[in-house]
Amino acid sequence: MEQLAFASATIVIGIFGCVAWFWGSNWLLDRALPPRGPHAGRNIGRAARVRPWLFLGPAVLILGVYLVWPVFLSIWLSLHDAAGQRFVGFDNWRWLIADGKFRESILNNLMWLLVVPAASTLFGLIAASLTDRLRWGDLAKSLIFMPMAISFIGASVIWKFIYDFRGEGQAQIGLLNAVVEGFGGNPQTWLTLTPWNNLMLMAVLIWIQTGFAMVILSAALRGIPEETIEAAVLDGASPLQIFFKIKVPQIWGTIAVVWTTITILVLKVFDIVLAMTNGQWGTQVLANLMFDWMFRGNDTGRASTVALVIMLLVTPIMIWNIRTARREGM
Amino acid sequence: MEGMAGTKSRLTWAVNLAALLLVVLWTIPTLGLLISSFRDRDQIAASGWWKAALPAEQNEIFRAPPPETAVPEGAAWVLDGNVFGEAGGSVAAFGLSAREPKAFAPGETATGRAGDTLTVESDGAFRITYPEAPEAGRGDRIFVTTTTPPRLTLENYETVIVAQGLGRAFLNTFTVTIPATVIPILIAAFAAYALAWMRFPGRALILAGIVGLLVVPLQMTLIPLLRLHNAIGIDKGYLGIWLAHTAFGLPMAVYLLRNYIAGLPREIIESARVDGATDFEIFRRIVLPLSFPALASFAIFQFLWVWNDLLVATVFLGNAPDQLVMTGVLRELLGSLGGEWEILAASAFVSISMPLLVFFGLQRYLVRGLLAGSVKGG
Repeated sequence: MEQLAFASATIVIGIFGCVAWFWGSNWLLDRALPPRGPHAGRNIGRAARVRPWLFLGPAVLILGVYLVWPVFLSIWLSLHDAAGQRFVGFDNWRWLIADGKFRESILNNLMWLLVVPAASTLFGLIAASLTDRLRWGDLAKSLIFMPMAISFIGASVIWKFIYDFRGEGQAQIGLLNAVVEGFGGNPQTWLTLTPWNNLMLMAVLIWIQTGFAMVILSAALRGIPEETIEAAVLDGASPLQIFFKIKVPQIWGTIAVVWTTITILVLKVFDIVLAMTNGQWGTQVLANLMFDWMFRGNDTGRASTVALVIMLLVTPIMIWNIRTARREGM
Repeated sequence: MEGMAGTKSRLTWAVNLAALLLVVLWTIPTLGLLISSFRDRDQIAASGWWKAALPAEQNEIFRAPPPETAVPEGAAWVLDGNVFGEAGGSVAAFGLSAREPKAFAPGETATGRAGDTLTVESDGAFRITYPEAPEAGRGDRIFVTTTTPPRLTLENYETVIVAQGLGRAFLNTFTVTIPATVIPILIAAFAAYALAWMRFPGRALILAGIVGLLVVPLQMTLIPLLRLHNAIGIDKGYLGIWLAHTAFGLPMAVYLLRNYIAGLPREIIESARVDGATDFEIFRRIVLPLSFPALASFAIFQFLWVWNDLLVATVFLGNAPDQLVMTGVLRELLGSLGGEWEILAASAFVSISMPLLVFFGLQRYLVRGLLAGSVKGG
């Protein structure tokens, strides 16, 4: 309770502080450079040059300290030893390239990159085009979208239950093993079954992200001009032809956006691997490897090096995003 | 024409079925855990959750009291009792050996090697008779197959909220989430207004920077920020995590709000300027009220993201009960009691209840925010 009071007080102080800053600094500016009197014209011009920075100040400061500066410090740390004291040159990078777990992580991350965005986008596209034709489409959309609200760790609990394995003679309570047994197969400990266990982990993220892809793609599909479809119907195109030859080409841009958004998420995937296998049995990924070296290895040099690798992998998408945004006149 | 109509209705059927299949596939995982969270440990272990509505069948071994406690009755010595003790239940089958635990139906009489007989009724009452005065020793084993009627319970929820400390973690999560949702909105709204409606050198650069920062991996920032917090004395605690979440939410907040605010009609803002309103007044009287939908969208995003976050909480908060959030508790439970599904299931549902409420209640804003954030550039 005490803590909630503390939190409420922080909200009040935070909001009050923000308002005080924005209001107070504006007031001071108007006092220092009054838009009246003999120098009104000059003062207004000067105030207009300062004011944007009053509005932007807090945001730029926080972003600078919390997101920009860490990038540079990480580069510095990656060139230093475990405690961040002694300069070691490229030792961490050399270690990284030779490390077996790192190679495993990179390979797994690449597998994730191939499978998850593709599967999520595909399922999302299927779900969008199916539900748009239904009377109960909104309900169906809601239910497919729902996993988006569930935390990765909650989703991991949900799916670990599905993959649950019971020894011989016991009833299988995991859905997957029960189904396998129902078809006469042998129950498996899915999460230790290299390399298929990677697919089991990917399924969790696909399950979460399909709803996202569906919502975005469904909006794009609805935005397609009716005339193009009507023309195709008149020409006798089948529903499948209309879908693949008329609709899909018109939403390529949106598909690309969905794909890259999920790609970024995949590069940072962490909670699912940590919770389900903790990187054992050949399922390690970069983000969890970094976490391992940070917490269990206590080696800021190596952890920063792994983090930088993730950053490097994200960079092309970052540049592409900035270019797109600028082209669109942002 | 008839042929056309035929294909059309067949297509409708196919679409309906395919959509239904997808919906079932996507909801069944959650449903399974939800149902399991209302079953007790024995039920969960005895049968899959999809059989929750059926009576559960279980094989049990019951050990009768020692033979010497049998009382003489007529020509024989008799031992009476109930395999369920005080609790109720019903017996589907019983047997004398582990090899044939289901050899006899309730009410039948099984005869042992020494001529002793065993009868188990379906309500669990059993009677063992010995033809001669039995020697002292261990009690006989009775193999019973019991069926327990389907039963749902809230006990798991009680257990996790009180004993597993999830109640406390719920409060902690709230403590983290609310300030971390409110504060970035205010900071971002001012910045977004400046970026949308003020002209100044460096604007394009800052915009490009914000778009770039949208995708910076958090992993990058953890070690430097932890060092920073230690250096300036914040250490691990709520202040640190509020600042961190505020910063991590800002790029998205500024991006979303700027797009929205830049789309407000130019005439309103221009005419207010002509009337002599300052930027601060325009922002407070016109822009802020008009931007409510965008503010709501972002608030929902940030709320879900902070509530569901594990990584930032693990790094910036301590491990003690007064700072452990629900995702952290879940992770510890998964690690320490991987098999106790009744606890895990109930805990998971306590922690995802709030996001699900927000999701179903405010889905409209969520969808709108997603579309604004992703269709352009994102």
